[in-house]
Amino acid sequence: MGIVEAILLSVITAATPLVLAAIGELVTERSGVLNLGVEGMMIMGAVSAFAITQITGSPVLGMLAGVLCGALFSQLFAFLTLTLVANQVATGLALTLLGIGVSGMMGESFLGIQGIKLQPIAIPFLADIPMLGPLLFRQDIIFYLSIALVAGVHWFLFRSRAGLKLRAVGDSHASAHALGVNVIRTRYLAVMFGGACAGLAGAQLSLVYTPQWVENMSAGRGWIALALVVFSSWRPWRVVAGGYLFGAVSISQLHAQAFGLGIPSQFLSSLPYLATIVVLILISHNRRTTLINTPASLGKPFVPDR
Amino acid sequence: MKKLLLALASTAAAIGFATGASAQEKAKICFVYVGSKTDGGWTQAHDIGRQALEKQLGDKVETQFLENVPEGPDAERAIERLARSGCGLIFTTSFGFMDATIKIAQKFPDVKFEHATGYKTAPNVATYNSRFYEGRYIQGQIAAKMSQKGVAGYIASFPIPEVVMGINSFVIGARSVNPDFKIKVVWANTWFDPGKEADAAKALVDQGVDILTQHTDTTAPMQVAAERGIKAFGQASDMIAAGPNTQLTAIVDTWGAYYVKRTQAFLDGKWETTSSWDGLKDGILTMAPYTNMPDDVKKMAEETEAKIKSGELKPFTGPLKKQDGSEWLAAGVSSDDGTLLGMNFYVEGVDDQLPK
Repeated sequence: MGIVEAILLSVITAATPLVLAAIGELVTERSGVLNLGVEGMMIMGAVSAFAITQITGSPVLGMLAGVLCGALFSQLFAFLTLTLVANQVATGLALTLLGIGVSGMMGESFLGIQGIKLQPIAIPFLADIPMLGPLLFRQDIIFYLSIALVAGVHWFLFRSRAGLKLRAVGDSHASAHALGVNVIRTRYLAVMFGGACAGLAGAQLSLVYTPQWVENMSAGRGWIALALVVFSSWRPWRVVAGGYLFGAVSISQLHAQAFGLGIPSQFLSSLPYLATIVVLILISHNRRTTLINTPASLGKPFVPDR
Repeated sequence: MKKLLLALASTAAAIGFATGASAQEKAKICFVYVGSKTDGGWTQAHDIGRQALEKQLGDKVETQFLENVPEGPDAERAIERLARSGCGLIFTTSFGFMDATIKIAQKFPDVKFEHATGYKTAPNVATYNSRFYEGRYIQGQIAAKMSQKGVAGYIASFPIPEVVMGINSFVIGARSVNPDFKIKVVWANTWFDPGKEADAAKALVDQGVDILTQHTDTTAPMQVAAERGIKAFGQASDMIAAGPNTQLTAIVDTWGAYYVKRTQAFLDGKWETTSSWDGLKDGILTMAPYTNMPDDVKKMAEETEAKIKSGELKPFTGPLKKQDGSEWLAAGVSSDDGTLLGMNFYVEGVDDQLPK
């Protein structure tokens, strides 16, 4: 295995949870809901995936548990903000804090236990392509899902009727409501999708990235995912670009250090963030295209008049 | 109704009285943790120390702790909250809490503070530390014996004297066995981020090191080492569970005895400002069992450990050169503690530029 291949493999592992959590949040935000609880849903996904894997011995069941737990946990946020019309920013932050606390409690008995890794699945024929095969076609199912989800979300948002409705709800909930779209139900589903994706991202952490459970193991990745949604200007494929750019710079800086290039490590450590900011400035250079993509009702509460 | 209210009020008063009385009897000893008390590493070691204190002096003291307290401005609030809530003695257990501890200590002259691994004291602030570097010297020697490539990877957290001292001691130990031994250093710039620590470990292994050692807090690097089939050292706690066939040994922090000693002094009214820096011989630092190595390496490690305990061997003893080749210590001269505690340079053999 060459060094380039090794670096790319690490990049894929590092970027996958970011892409997953971001693509979920992208759908949530496209429906006009700002859920800052990504970190909390992610860590809940991580702990339940690990716990169910330990109990059943099957990482696939664990993964499903992570997805389910993320989706369920997000419904708490949905109920508070959509039905009870609580402030989305405050509720999202509370969801993160609650998630970190509850996951710590749930995970207490699973500390220090050796994890079971979700095994890679080689795709016949494709896996034998030199270079690309081992990188892209000998991965675990969560990686395949992350790419499929991005493609699916792209198709859903821009090619399907339901996606058009979801975007309408995010852009002008009053108009969508007037046209007979059920705004609240659409948003409930969008939040649930966001939660499921964040839960899957969490499962990737505790089953693939570092197969173990430690409290607070998401270590801020939910926040990076949130930033990636803005970075992508709410376009699905740009989430992949952003996630992999961030991952690539994070991993390369570690290699640059190990190689002994003599560049200050504090500078190298801040590179992923700097690179993201630079690209963000370049992308948002054109204000008009940015505005077109920003969901106009983002974060605004909707109360249907009866 | 009135009667009921009166009854409620008097019960409440009685309860209030009861807790007030018991709080007066028991001294409150408090801890501030940088990570989670179950991190499997640094903070867990402190929490085990706290539990030992509860066990031994539980009839006289009650303990309280705040975990996941970030270094920086938040630390001040956390420490102040404990000081206000009636803690008599507060242990702040991370280097980055130093300035916050000193600042709050000035505000609460009647509360005693103990700061781990720092170098600033005050009339009511003592410092305590452990000579972790003694363990790292032994690890260096083992690494030099066990590595086939003669290169070890070192995952470091922040460029503070404590960490630099550890890197140097490891290299000096390794070079006492193999004078050509080299290490590669990666700064993770975090104490606690399993993903990032694993990434750093992978980067080092991909670049050809065959022994890993870490100065960060989770078992993620140990797990990567196990997966890649190389050997590694645990940090702060025994990490053998994460790598049954991987861990060579670990530096295990055993703070309990110190916490009991200092709390006893506090209870007796004999507490005073000290700068305690104990090591292997005092039992504040122990080595996890030497595993996954041939008997001759094990024997060497045990001999070195015994020599350090008896004082016969001091890791930082000349002839030693700094990284740039200039003389640091002449033959037979040992470094003073002040230089070690403010260490801001590498010794010869470190293949890295020290972040400044």
